[in-house]
Order: sequence, then C-alpha cells, then structure tokens
Amino acid sequence: MHQSFLTHANKRYLWVGLILLLGALIAYFWHDPIGPPNGGTWLGYTLGSIGALLIFWLMAFGIRKRTYSNRVGSLRGWLSAHVYLGTALLLVALLHTGFQFGWNLHTLAFTLMTLVIFSGFFGVFAYLRYPNLMTRNRDNATRAAMLDEIYELDQNALALADGIDPKIHAIVLRSIERTRLGGGVWSLVAARDDSDSALAGARKMLEARDKKGGQPLTGEPQTKDMPTMFAMVDFLAGKADDRQAEALRKLIDILSRKKSLATRVARDIQFQSLMELWLYFHVPLSFALLAALTGHILVVFFYW
Amino acid sequence: MAERYKIAIVGSGPGGKSAAARAAELGVSHVLLEASPYLSYTIYRYQKGKHVMDEPGVLPLRSPLAFKAGTREAILDAWNEGIEKLKTNVKFSHEVSGIAKAGNGFVITCTNGTTFESDYVVMGIGLQGNIRKLGVPGEDLPYVQYQLDDPDEYEGETIVVVGAGDAAIENAVALAKQNNVIIINRKDEFGRAKKGNEAAILKAIDDGLIECYYNSAPERVDQLPQTARKRMRMILATQNGKAQILCDRIIGRLGATAPRGFVEACGVQFPNKDPASVPAISPQYESNVKGLYIVGALGGYPLIKQAMNQGYEVVEYILGNTVEPADEPLLRDKFKAMPGFTNVTAALEKVQKNVRLLSHITPLQLREFMIDSDIRVPNAGDKICERNDYTNTFFSIVEGEVHIVIDKDKKVTLRKGEFFGEMSLISGRRRSATVLAGNNCVLIETPRRSMNKLIASVEAVKREIDKVFIARAIQSRFAPEASYEQISDIVESAKITRYRAGDMVFTEGEIGDCLHLVRVGSLTISRNIGGKEVILSYVPAGNYVGEMAMLGENKRSASARAAIATETIRLDGDAFKRLVQRNPVLRLRLQAEYSKRTAANLAMQAMPSGGDIISFLIQQGAGEATDILLIDEDLCVRCDNCEKACAETHGGTSRLRREAGPTFASVHVPTSCRHCEHPHCMKDCPPDAIHRAPNGEVFIQDNCIGCGNCERNCPYGVIKLASKPPKKPGLLQWLLFGAGSGPGEAPYKKKKVKEGEAAPEKKAVKCDMCKDLPGGAACVRACPTGAAIRISPEEFPSYAQSRR
Repeated sequence: MHQSFLTHANKRYLWVGLILLLGALIAYFWHDPIGPPNGGTWLGYTLGSIGALLIFWLMAFGIRKRTYSNRVGSLRGWLSAHVYLGTALLLVALLHTGFQFGWNLHTLAFTLMTLVIFSGFFGVFAYLRYPNLMTRNRDNATRAAMLDEIYELDQNALALADGIDPKIHAIVLRSIERTRLGGGVWSLVAARDDSDSALAGARKMLEARDKKGGQPLTGEPQTKDMPTMFAMVDFLAGKADDRQAEALRKLIDILSRKKSLATRVARDIQFQSLMELWLYFHVPLSFALLAALTGHILVVFFYW
Repeated sequence: MAERYKIAIVGSGPGGKSAAARAAELGVSHVLLEASPYLSYTIYRYQKGKHVMDEPGVLPLRSPLAFKAGTREAILDAWNEGIEKLKTNVKFSHEVSGIAKAGNGFVITCTNGTTFESDYVVMGIGLQGNIRKLGVPGEDLPYVQYQLDDPDEYEGETIVVVGAGDAAIENAVALAKQNNVIIINRKDEFGRAKKGNEAAILKAIDDGLIECYYNSAPERVDQLPQTARKRMRMILATQNGKAQILCDRIIGRLGATAPRGFVEACGVQFPNKDPASVPAISPQYESNVKGLYIVGALGGYPLIKQAMNQGYEVVEYILGNTVEPADEPLLRDKFKAMPGFTNVTAALEKVQKNVRLLSHITPLQLREFMIDSDIRVPNAGDKICERNDYTNTFFSIVEGEVHIVIDKDKKVTLRKGEFFGEMSLISGRRRSATVLAGNNCVLIETPRRSMNKLIASVEAVKREIDKVFIARAIQSRFAPEASYEQISDIVESAKITRYRAGDMVFTEGEIGDCLHLVRVGSLTISRNIGGKEVILSYVPAGNYVGEMAMLGENKRSASARAAIATETIRLDGDAFKRLVQRNPVLRLRLQAEYSKRTAANLAMQAMPSGGDIISFLIQQGAGEATDILLIDEDLCVRCDNCEKACAETHGGTSRLRREAGPTFASVHVPTSCRHCEHPHCMKDCPPDAIHRAPNGEVFIQDNCIGCGNCERNCPYGVIKLASKPPKKPGLLQWLLFGAGSGPGEAPYKKKKVKEGEAAPEKKAVKCDMCKDLPGGAACVRACPTGAAIRISPEEFPSYAQSRR
C-alpha cells in the first residue's frame, strides 16, 4: 500500500545513515592525530572523501529524477536515501573539519553545505505537513474549479449589485478588480487575496440598518479605512427599501462564499508554493556548494 | 419507363464506389446511387486534413481506384479523379427509399421520385445510417446544419441546438463560449448522455449560459427577410404551448437512423436482434435475397481497403467470374503450418468438419474468422496458455488433444472438436488454468474481438459456448472430483441472470434458495448496520456468493449488489444441497471458505470507515478495474512527476491527469486507465488495435487509425488522440545550450499549422501500464514520496484496512 519515503524499505537508509554516523563518530574519538584533529590527517582525508562522494551522489538525485526511464531503484528509494544520507553528511563533514573554521574558501564550502542541508530539512517538513493541509483545504475541488466558481460568483454579485444601485455596483466591481490571487513570491506565501473589502462594507451597512429597526440611517461614516463605503452607507441610510435590503443580504451571501473560496484558493497556492519554494534555495545553493567544493579540493591539493 | 442497368449500386462508400468503378472499367452497364451530393459522404465529412489510414497493411488493394494512407483531401481527390476517368455513372442526391424484387431483377425507388431497374443490386450503405433531420418544414434551409466542424468558427450568433445526446451537448457547450445558445430537448432530462456531458450541460443551464427548452420539439422553421435582425424563426411545441425562437443558425444533432430497418424492408434477414449483428452473406457477398449483394461495413467489413476489394470482387462474381479472394494468400500462409495442407478450401472444410462450434457459421464468416485467427501447431507438452495470465484468446481444437492442468497430478483432457479459453473471454479475468499441448495438436487461436463478434452474430455459437461455460464453471469451482454425470442435474437447473450496476442480487434477511457464481462483472457484499449500508467485501468474477444460506443458515446474512453490469450463474439451492450431501469434500471446502469470509467480514465491520473507502472506489467505477492508480493525498506533494514520467516514457504525451478526479478520505482517483475487465475502448475498434497483454495491460497497437471510437467509448475519459511531439534534446544539450524543452517539460508550443498543410497524424494514446519497461509503471516508480500506487480491486479490503 502507500508508503512514505521516510519509511521506505523498513527505513533501510535511516539505518545506513546511522551506521555511517556512528562509524564516523567512533573513528573520530578513537583517532589520535599528531596535533589537533583536522582535514589533513588520514581520517580527515577519509571523511572528506566520503563527504565529497556523498555530495556528488546527492546531487545526482537531480539527474536521476529527470531520467524517467531509469530503472535503478525507485525514485522513492532514492529520495529516502537522499534524505537520510544527506543528513548524515552534516556530521561527516563536521568531523572532517575537525572544528577548524575561518574566513576562507573551506569554511565557505562547509557553510554552503549546511545551508543546503537545512533547506532540505525544510523540504522534508513541507512534504510531511502540507499535502494533508492542502487536501483538506481543497475539499474535493480542483483549483481550476474553484477559480471558475469565483468567476461565476463575481458575475452573479455584479448582476445583483446592478439591480440595487449603480454605486454598489461600482463598489463590487472595485472589489472584483482588487481580488488578486497569486503574484509575487511574498503574496504567494502570505496567502493574501484582498477579496473582502466589498463584503466588509456591505455587511456593516446591513448591521447598521438592522440596529435602527429597519429605519433609514442618518449618515455617520462607519468605516475609516474604506472611504468608498461612505457612499454606500449614505445610500442605505437615505433610500434603501426592503427589496434593496433583501438584495443586499443576498449579495452578502455571495460575497461571503466568494471570500471563503478566494481564501481557500490563496491557501492552496500558498501550500503549493511552500512545497516548491524551498527548492529555489536548495538547488542553486547546491550548485554553489559544488563550485566551492571543487575549489576546496583544488586548493588543498595545490598546497599539499 | 425507368432506366434499366445490369448492376445498380446503392451507396458510394469505398465498397460501392469501387464496385461502380470496376463495372465502368469492364464496360458493364451500371448506376451508382448516392444520397448526398458527394462521393463517400462519411469520409467527406471527416474533419479537414484528417489523416486516413490504410489498415490492414498486409492486405493487397484490388480496385480500379487508388487508395493509400494520406489526408482526407488527397484520398477523396484520387477517388474523384478515378471515378471521372473511368466515366462511372454516378447519380448524386438520389436517396434510395426502397428496393423490391421484380421478375428477374429489382426496382429501385428514390425519395426524389425517380426509379431504376436493374438485374443486380450491390448494397454498400455502411452502418452509419442516414443523419436524422429535424423532420419539420424548413429542415433544409441554409443555416440549418447537421454537423459542426469547428465551434470556434461562429461568434456572436444565436444558435439553436436540437438534440440531447453527447454530440448535441458537446456542440452546445463549445458554442456557448462565444454565442448565445439554446438547446432543445424532447425529454425532461439528459439521461442518454455520458455523465461528464450531462453534468456539463446541466451546469451551463444552471449558470444561464445555455437556455434549455425541455419536453419540446420543433414544429416549423421559417426564413426571415434579410432586413430582420435574425435569419430564422423556429416555432416550437412545448409543454405550455407554442414558443417562438429567433435565431441565426440551427444545428440538429439527432443521431442517425440505423440502416437496419431499410435493409430488412428489402428482404434481407439479420441473424438476431443484437444491434451489432450484420446480415449473413455468401462467400460471393450475396445476401439471402438472390441477386442482392452486400459489401462494406454492412457486410461485416468495416475497413476501407477491405470494402474496396469487396467492391471489385462483387462485380466479378456477378459477371460469373471466379476471383481468388484477396485474402486467399493470407489464408494460405496461415494454413501452411497445418499438417496435410493442400489448399485453402480443403483446409476450411476440415475446420468446419472437425470443430462443431464452427460448423454453425457461413463459409464467408469462417474466412473472416480465420483471417483474424492463428493456426497453432504446438509440440506435445508445450504450454498454450498459463494460469493467471490475462490473455483472452479463444482456442478451438482442430486435431489432437490438450491437457488442462487442474493441480499437480490431475489433468483433464480435451479432444478434437472441443474448445477452451471461454472463461477468460467471458469473465475478462485471468486464465483459470494452465493448458498443455497433447499429441498431434492443431489449434485455432482467435482474438477476443472476432470471437465476440461471432457470438453476437450466430445464436447457435452463443448457446453452445454458454452451455459449456456453465458446466465447466460449476465443475471447476465446486466439484473438480465429480464426473459430469454427477453434476448434470445442477447444470441443468443453472440459469444465467443479468444485473445492471447497483441492482440487488439478494438482500440481507431474505430466505436464500440459490447460490450465485459470478460470471461477468463483480459484486459487493454489504450489511445494514445502524441504518447504513456498510460494504464488507468485493467479489470479482469467478467467485461465488450465497453459500452461507446453503450451509444450515436459511436467511441471507448480508446483501449482494452488482458493482457494475454483472452476469451470474444462478444455481438452484436444492440441487446444490444434494451435491453437497453427496460430496463431503465440497462441504468441508465450503465451510472453510465460510469461516474465512465470516472472519474477514467481522474485521471489516469493526471499522466501518473502511467500507466507505470501498464504496467510494466502487462509485468511481473501480469495480470493473483490474488495476487502478490511487494517490494518497497526504503523501502527494503535487510535483506532477508522475505525469512527467508518463509523458517522457511514452512519446511525450502523459496518459494520466493527476489533479483531475475525485478524492475521499485522502484517497485520490486520478484520471488514468483502470484496465477494465471488459474494456469499453475495445468495443468498437475498426482495425482491432486494442488488446490485452498477458499481464493485464490494455494497450493500443500501432495500427490505430485514429478514428476516436475508443476515446468516445471510454467512460473514464482516459484516452486521447495525440500526435507525436518533436524530439527532445539530451540532458546536457538542454542544460548548456537550451536546445528544445527539457526533461519533464512540455514541448514548446509549435506555431499554428498553416493553411493547406496536412494536420499531424493523430493516434489514440492511453496508459499501457509501461508493459514494455522493466520494473513496472513509470508513474509509480517516479513518485518521490510514495503517494502513487497501483492496485487491483481484490486488494480493496486490505487497502481499506491499511488506511484506518
């Protein structure tokens, strides 16, 4: 049945990673080099070689993922190994450094590696958390279907608003124009949709009217941040009859439904972008690491 | 006085036209009557630039007209040129309304009042039938059309679509994007249409995009003067009286009248009521009416090349010439392997003499049957088919014997004249036993489609196969140790019963007086718990239900419901109880099965939500699946790597759509092939290009002609017509030089096909479960998180339990 990459093959790669870790730790504490532990001892070279090979292999995941006809293991197995061995690399590389850091290329390579690994940790977190949230948020609809429905609701709201008053029509239209799903990275991640200004306005007007027992209001501005609402409130205060109030209630229903849909779409986009966004750090940083690592190896051999 | 000809040819399809051309070539007096103003109207109506294929490739063409695969235009041009060059006598717009025998010949009357006389008639009217028109005054006005090539051609018009079938709905919905559309439905619902189409039209009506007149029918169409704002006025009879619609265009999509009524009126007999059946014709294509010949699809030859050959041959036969049928060399090649082969006729006679089942059919049917079939001459001990394979061919034993392996040391021998393979053919499931060749064995192996065609058109064949099926099913399932005599009374009392999807086979609490052996389809077993139907298990074809009531308990302990269209063999309770009494081994076996099922049911009952997952899957049509792709949405990271892998390993077109499809309790059923037991796509494939591989994969071969029948027949929308995308660059070329689209990326959009340029050749593509790749389906293998799996319905209960 379904099995996560974390539990793939009875967590085989978790054990491989743990054994690697344990082996590296034992060797590190057992080893008694001349001088402080560092990358230049035989153990340092061994750990460094293991680390470098691991990095090359971890980066090969990108190629494996794209060679779809490749039959060497399943992609789930590769990802499982990628995650566990990538985590083990953190300690292998740390022991390789012998805790010698400085303002140099070597430490740069180590820092980049750490960044890559930690961005990977976020990826694992995202992969475990967001799919479920996304499924629940979608509630059986596809994003395209939700967008279609929003479009329809917009049309209905406009038609309804048109029947109430041109001013309300203008407000609803403005709200539709302000509904913006997606956009820059920040709005993707923040899940903003700006779809509720008309709703808030309409609801406030109706509440105000009800408080007055159906009597026309006398115009006190109800909202400070939405100047267009003044006109709406004035309108309701002045001349709204029961039919218009009824239509306004309907409008609020539609706008509420739209609001909740727009929020869901925004959240859907948010989850998906969170699941993809980290890769925009993970992958470029890993290429930077590859460059730094190449430099690190060349330099070490140059000064040998 | 009507004009008299030697040969009158009705219908200018490939068969009729080829016959007329041959007659013209030989200088025989003839007339070709075509209802429409164009030759080969069916092909004429193909979309512009459509690629027409010339399957079967092995068959040589024998016709004065040229034909080879190419665009619709090239083929029609070549035909028109040939017809003109040979000075063929064609009468366009002559729709034949009756053919009557008169003396030594025929009198042919046309709807336009003309009559013709002829000595012989060749009928080549195909199976498509005549397009049904509105049937009211004004049905032929300009702007009243019965076809729609490109809905995007029209903009800003008021268009009335008449009809409630799939074609009408698809047209209406497509037109509504840019036009004001009104749909006229004779009934009060769209029940005839596919589910997806029904939902689409109801939504469009709800949204006010399309206006619908229910329970309404057109009464008259009038043209309005040019000064009016609209071109036409349609008067409509509705439930509430008359209505008037002003419109610019009327599109009638009322289907076609099947030609059967017309053909029967001409005196031609059909073998049975099955709509798929075609009239029986002699080897010279002559029907039961002397002098009336039938060619083309109506004669059972749906492919263009076959029909053209027939057209040529039929003229030769009428003139009293003997022609070696075009398929003679093919048959000779087939029979060559048969020991003692002398000539094709003798071999065919031998087959009919030895195999009783095939003695019921006409020589022409046998020829066609043999063209599709293979002769197999295995050595003694060779494996013919293996238990649990998904193959579905049918075998007839011409000579020698075969051994069916029941278990290690028990074998049943079948001899000359018997047949086997009917179990898989009928149930659509795996082979129930391995079959080994005996001595001097000669077999005919027939593909599923040809066998089904034969069963549908020859009643005697169906009866005989059903009888043997029942006996063998009972014997293999209940009493392998009993002889046929011992089970004969239960076989006699057995009946085949049919259920539609959702029908009750039996209900919890009622008195059980019978046992059901599922022959086609599948059942779900459920109990009513707290007023809710809780599904406990799934019973695929080949298994039985209702045994609990046979073992002491009288009342049914659970309900059985057909998950899909299902056929069962109903075994009489008394006869079965007698069999159990005589046969203590059977009693023990039934009891063992009984306790196993009770335990399993209890386990499912303990977790009612498990049943919900099964019933959700059954609702998605998974009951007829053999292998279905499921995605756990709690693991799926929506990377679409499954789709990318599918496209990359299958010529650039993904055969699955991950996002589409319903979800229940995080179990998502994407739009992808389920490899049905009885694949809907196989139903009507002219070149017989869709097959099932031994491991169960339903796949489309390269000889697909791109007709789109399978796409229309698939209720799950998993088949599409696609052309080959451009070749992709290698990984490094893409990474360093940006040469083309990269791995997993869709190919870059090509510029629009230029006017006059041939449209790219399109063929049907669908999931083949990566049968040609080692290691299983690419979609599952490429899922990085383990969300995608493929399972078969037998695994549903354990799957449901794994998801608690």
